[in-house]
Amino acid sequence: MSDLTRMTAAELAGTIAKGDASAEEVTRAHLDRIAAVDGKVHAFLHVDADGAINAARKVDAKRAAGDELGPLAGVPVAVKDVLTTRGVPTTAGSKILEGWRPPYDSTVVERLRDAGTVILGKTNMDEFAMGSSTEYSAYGPTNNPWDLGRIPGGSGGGSAAAIAAYEAPLAIGTDTGGSIRQPGAVTGTVGSKPTYGGTSRYGLIAFSSSLDTPGPCARTVLDAALLHEVMAGHDWRDSTSIPQAVPPVVEAARLGMTGDLTGVKLGVVTEFNGEGAEPGVLAAFHDALAALTKLGAEVVEVSAPHFQYALPAYYLIAPSECSSNLARFDGVRFGLRVGDDGNRSLEEVMSLTREAGFGPEVKRRIMLGTYALSSGYYDAYYGQAQKVRTLITQDFNAAFEQVDVLVSPTTPFVAFPFGSRTSDPYQMYLADLFTIPTNLYGGPGISVPCGLSEGLPVGFQIMAPTMADDRMYRVAAALESAVGTLTPPSLEG
Amino acid sequence: MTTTTLPTYDEAIAGFEPVIGLETHVELGTNTKMFCGCPTDFGGEPNTRVCPVCLGLPGSLPVANKAAIEATIRIGLALNCSIATWCRFARKNYFYPDMPKNFQISQYDEPLCVDGYLDVEVDGKTVRIGIERVHLEEDTGKTLHVGGATGRIHGATESLVDYNRAGIPLVEIVTKPVPGTGALAPEVARAYVTELREVIRGLGVSDVRMEEGSLRCDVNTSLNRPGDEWGTRTETKNVNSLRSVERAVRTEIIRQSAVLEGGGRIVQETRHFSEETGDTRPGRSKETATDYRYFPEPDLVPLAPDPAWVESLRLALPEPPRDRRKRIQESWGLSDLDMQSVVNAGAVELIEETVAAGATAAAARKWWLGELARRANEAGIDLASVGATPAQVAELQTLVDSGKLNDKLARVVIEGVVAGEGSPTEVMEARGLAVVSDTGALTAAVDEAIAANPDVAAKVRDGKVAAAGALVGAVMKTTKGQADAKTVRELILERLGAS
Ligand SMILES: [Zn+2]
Repeated sequence: MSDLTRMTAAELAGTIAKGDASAEEVTRAHLDRIAAVDGKVHAFLHVDADGAINAARKVDAKRAAGDELGPLAGVPVAVKDVLTTRGVPTTAGSKILEGWRPPYDSTVVERLRDAGTVILGKTNMDEFAMGSSTEYSAYGPTNNPWDLGRIPGGSGGGSAAAIAAYEAPLAIGTDTGGSIRQPGAVTGTVGSKPTYGGTSRYGLIAFSSSLDTPGPCARTVLDAALLHEVMAGHDWRDSTSIPQAVPPVVEAARLGMTGDLTGVKLGVVTEFNGEGAEPGVLAAFHDALAALTKLGAEVVEVSAPHFQYALPAYYLIAPSECSSNLARFDGVRFGLRVGDDGNRSLEEVMSLTREAGFGPEVKRRIMLGTYALSSGYYDAYYGQAQKVRTLITQDFNAAFEQVDVLVSPTTPFVAFPFGSRTSDPYQMYLADLFTIPTNLYGGPGISVPCGLSEGLPVGFQIMAPTMADDRMYRVAAALESAVGTLTPPSLEG
Repeated sequence: MTTTTLPTYDEAIAGFEPVIGLETHVELGTNTKMFCGCPTDFGGEPNTRVCPVCLGLPGSLPVANKAAIEATIRIGLALNCSIATWCRFARKNYFYPDMPKNFQISQYDEPLCVDGYLDVEVDGKTVRIGIERVHLEEDTGKTLHVGGATGRIHGATESLVDYNRAGIPLVEIVTKPVPGTGALAPEVARAYVTELREVIRGLGVSDVRMEEGSLRCDVNTSLNRPGDEWGTRTETKNVNSLRSVERAVRTEIIRQSAVLEGGGRIVQETRHFSEETGDTRPGRSKETATDYRYFPEPDLVPLAPDPAWVESLRLALPEPPRDRRKRIQESWGLSDLDMQSVVNAGAVELIEETVAAGATAAAARKWWLGELARRANEAGIDLASVGATPAQVAELQTLVDSGKLNDKLARVVIEGVVAGEGSPTEVMEARGLAVVSDTGALTAAVDEAIAANPDVAAKVRDGKVAAAGALVGAVMKTTKGQADAKTVRELILERLGAS
């Protein structure tokens, strides 16, 4: 049954619907795979085998009763550990939440359950989604299945690696500055960040509220689109959720799979076409552009002059919001409590708890954000960053008057070796250079594999206007049809 | 601490001009909390009215309560404010265990309502209090440190937090600085809070009970020499009654005057008012930093009240309490002083409803401000909660007017009504309290009294009519007060041939 783990989500759903394999068999195959390889990959922080088997049996019972099954019924999914799961440990990769079992499901998880997908467990991530390598997980890094000595990207490295290692056909990530797309790029998988507000944040442990976006991770564009449709849609519990129908992403992916992009205009961002990116990454990117042109797409160059300010603006807005969002982790109501020995003041216990519970990158960003919001500095930092955000949005709007989608490499460099960027935060931050503008604008972006550089995957990023997520799925599926999917080296032996 | 002799209020105010300002928090009476669906009723076992949102659990998100927004806009309109066409919530960041998220969702530089006023009456003069802003925020929980030094875990056996109150919608109403009230400043402050309470009660959006904390007040006070710039202000918290509002301003004026006269400087600080001693003390700062790092709340979308909707709310506002009082005063024919006592007793609606139920205004006022006010005072409760309804009071007066009850009996009947024994008629019948109007029975009692007091009877026969009082008393005694004294007197005089 080991080939069940090699199937796409769409194939698995068909297999289960036809009765060629039960949902329980599919689930057990993936749990076996996790047992076999996760010691090497460390994609999971928690495997919920009992919960998964129970969910699979429910699908099998429904099928036996002749009930109609959803498009992903019985298909296993791994969930990034930043989304709450009722009764199942949820840590956000932090010591401060070790052992916390949320009393409620996030909306995304609730929709996954309602759709009959099978939640295998929770995946590793940089602490509170702050990082680009999973090296900032309090529970140790995830290893890239392409090269176990290299990073799987971050913050959602666990979700991307789980898919690349065939531990799950699908995974949920969250993208604040590139945390779905950059791991997708460096693991040779598909990572999609929907329009901000297109997927609910209810139950997503907040890093930066105005940027955080849950989205799908998969090995194919169609699988990502199928998961996108299941998880997306308006949610009254999230005030920033957009009360509109989900863009027709599955239909767009199927259209793209025909390999015809006649009449589609792709904009190459001048500012992202060269500087900062490794030559091998640029070469793969240009090969992909050539392939897309062959499919009928027209490629033009567009300027987005304010994109160069995106990284500094992001590193003011995101830390500012995180400094406030993470204030609730104080040891009073849940999670870790340190120093409550009956002799210390409340303030001392709060301080000691936060000192012990947060890792270095989280502390760095809390301090950065606290400073940026301080009276007297607010206008110069947070206020100014918001102005940059408006200008970047204007750049996107102007660009989308000329082209249907914008394209760039997803990340400037392929998976780097562990420890090579942890000593200099800025070198780490550069990983998100090309993904951050989309978050500031609020539009959708997807990373799809486009080839190898030095034997490691390169990601191709497609960015679309807000609530036009379908456009990027079409182009991504077309590219996939031209260059094919990537298969990592075997983890066995 | 050095003990200095404080000046009297008159001495204190003689050399200075005060400027006051008030910040009032009103808990709204919405069914659910500001950002979640938890109920808002007062009381309840600790931490039973909570959910992931009002506990600030990781991942939870707020959803604004439309009823609270509507109530805030109505308050703003009643205070003659402009209503924002676009505004946002903001996060006020500070660490405190009764704040589940360690930030409060409030409003900062973009409040819902701005720039209004409220006219109040003091000493026969109208004072216009400017309203700076009216905004909406969430309330905090309540912390209790058991068995130790204030605010510290040290020494305490337990620190307990109840989050039932956390997230209840709270409206903050901030006045502009009020200069120029001179020695009347304390009374102006009290009159403002009194009037504000009437306005909000009239809107039906809060029960505005200071003793339960659904209306809370902070009082700012500063002093300056005539002609000088305004002085440094202090903020007095923990002012929990109308009387305390007045006392807090008076106390601060006396204290500040003594400091300034002694060559000292006023420190800008938060002070706490003590109900027991009537003085103010520097407050223990809740947080060491005063920088709240406000920024727009990214979990909520901006509010953009539809101007047409706002206009419809404006048109549906109730008559302002001040206009209403004027109208009522005229129709009841009350003096300013009488009207003032009605207002102070919180009896305007009660009398109005009693009149509507058929009583005269004079009779209604007599019962509510007399017997019922006395009982409410004794029990330490609001007049409205005394246990008698306006309809019952009107019925009681009908029984008196028709001669079935006299004044003394009516008061006994009220006791029964308040005790929940039923309507006045039911109490009267059940307790057998009706006036004895059977002339036969009365005549027998009168004859008995004359026979028992031959000396008194003789005096009356000789024309000393005033002596009849003793006989009336004797009859009332045998009838246990259930006779009409006037009828008894007439009967006696008739029997003795003195009429
Ligand atoms: Zn709640």
